[in-house]
Amino acid sequence: MTLAIAAGSAILAALDLPVGTSLHALFIAPVSDSYGLSELALKSTPLLLCAIGLSVCYRAGIWNIGAEGQFVMGALAGGAIALVAPPLGVMTLPAMVTTGVIAGMGWAAIAAWLRTRYGASEILTTIMLNYIAVSLLTWAVHGPLRDPGGYSFPESALFESHALLPALTESSRLTVSTPFALLAVGALWWFLARTLPGYQIAVLGADSKAASFAGFSTTRLTWLVLLGSGAFAGFAGLSEVAGPVGQLTPHIAFGYGYTAIIVAFIGRLHPLGMLLASLLLALTYLGGENLQINTGISKSVTLVFQGLLLFFLLGCDVLIRYRVAGSNQPVAA
Amino acid sequence: MVEMLDVLLFTTLRAGTPLLLIVLGILITERAGVLNLGQEGLVIMGAACAFVATSTSGSVWIGTLTGVAAGTLTALAFAILVLALRANQVAAGLALTIIGTGLAAMIGDGMSGVSIVGMEALPIPFLGSLPLVGHALFSHDALVYVSLLLLVVIWRVMDHSRLGLTLTAIGHNPGAAHQLGLAVLPIRLMAILAGGALAGLAGAYLAVAYTPLWSEGISAGRGWIALALVVFASWRVFRAMFGAYLFGLMSILNLLLQGVGLNISPNLLGMLPYVATILALLLFSNARHRNTTMAPRALGQPWSHGD
Repeated sequence: MTLAIAAGSAILAALDLPVGTSLHALFIAPVSDSYGLSELALKSTPLLLCAIGLSVCYRAGIWNIGAEGQFVMGALAGGAIALVAPPLGVMTLPAMVTTGVIAGMGWAAIAAWLRTRYGASEILTTIMLNYIAVSLLTWAVHGPLRDPGGYSFPESALFESHALLPALTESSRLTVSTPFALLAVGALWWFLARTLPGYQIAVLGADSKAASFAGFSTTRLTWLVLLGSGAFAGFAGLSEVAGPVGQLTPHIAFGYGYTAIIVAFIGRLHPLGMLLASLLLALTYLGGENLQINTGISKSVTLVFQGLLLFFLLGCDVLIRYRVAGSNQPVAA
Repeated sequence: MVEMLDVLLFTTLRAGTPLLLIVLGILITERAGVLNLGQEGLVIMGAACAFVATSTSGSVWIGTLTGVAAGTLTALAFAILVLALRANQVAAGLALTIIGTGLAAMIGDGMSGVSIVGMEALPIPFLGSLPLVGHALFSHDALVYVSLLLLVVIWRVMDHSRLGLTLTAIGHNPGAAHQLGLAVLPIRLMAILAGGALAGLAGAYLAVAYTPLWSEGISAGRGWIALALVVFASWRVFRAMFGAYLFGLMSILNLLLQGVGLNISPNLLGMLPYVATILALLLFSNARHRNTTMAPRALGQPWSHGD
């Protein structure tokens, strides 16, 4: 963290920006009032939801990079229900959530099928599915789902109020998805520590041969972790469009699906760790926006800080492991 | 008809060139047993630095060299992480992509809308005026020729030289290669840097020759597509070249289909390369092909003295 800030400062300085005020704008100003804190929780919710799903995949040794696409498909399919389905009244929201979750799972299922049936690398298939999902979304908001009264902006109409998740408080934009994400943290801990599939995933991740000798079905576990991850990402996507965004636009994902990968790693794939990491990375989003408003510098500074965090985490991991081992023998990676 | 084929061949060569350059870089890196998933970050860094350097210096060549240098330096950061610090290569590659995308966007900030004079076509005397194929094959900008030259050189080195065998040995079994007295880590470092230079060159090609305009999405997933291309080319140089041009064709197909009056949304046609990549992975990842592949057996596994 310190190293990331140091390196980030060097980059800011190299771009002729005042380092001190920039850092303040990045990390302090966004959370110096209660509205700021609620925005932090708001941003960290989709990150945490996606990371929960991803962490289970990574524990099983499945490199799912596809939370972004699963997120987008959840948002697109769930949002489409709000926009084009016949009026469902009070059933609108449950129908949207169900569709969003199923769409996320369906998108992940493609990668699971390609992996288990054809042995295709899930890294590459999930990345490609991300690009395809974003193209689908762009197509939808330019075409069938575009707001007819929207002056030809590529955006859908705003959702009706019965198609929005209930707000938590009057003064913030938080919805019920935030407490749900907190519940999911608890559920994940229970799943990993107390259930048989949780144990099987740990064995599979540690040694796939041992898992197959023990009679665990790699195929079944691969499907399980990918579908679970798709469900969480799909829900995250739906809860963004049916929450703070309130409509479909081409840019609903903000790279949350990719940032969630960093959250999973920085949180060490541990439920509580990921909770803290999601807050940290949410801060980089808020800070980046704040910096852009204050200094006019591109908010891609967010990405740079996020990448640096992961970079230094990976580097330091090794040093820490060496020290614990106390000799030149590295601990098996 | 002849005119149509001429356009088709000409644009396919151009569109396939960045993919070919990235693919060659990945082949070198992976032949040495290192999996660098950060290609997208390397390409976009190369593109951003090449564009800014061209715009400030006014010379496409200074721009191109800057792009190559940017790719190499970015790859150096990756090399430190995975070679010296033995970090997980998959995660390090992802980190590289994220940093590269962010840094490139910062470097290119304020550059959208700026125009530069792109690289000029360099018709080869005599060959360029051949009937039928003259224009399509021999009137490109210099980097297209450079990419073909690199293809031949890299093919010779990889498949027909001592250095190529050394790389293969290190990629298959670094421990044994070390005991034979091969310098595993320095050679892996060189392979990673060469890969970075080629990806940076691909980015430079995109920014100063292919579309001399800056946009944050200029690399458009080419780094990832190239990684997939290497898999279904089974790590063989000429199959990879074939794949690069095939996907070059795929990426311009939407323009062509619109040209012949097919009325499909460009947003849907834009998916073609990505859908095709998945289909290709499906066809070629099949277990039947496993025996004929040149996949390095130690791909992605860290190694250091003492292992």
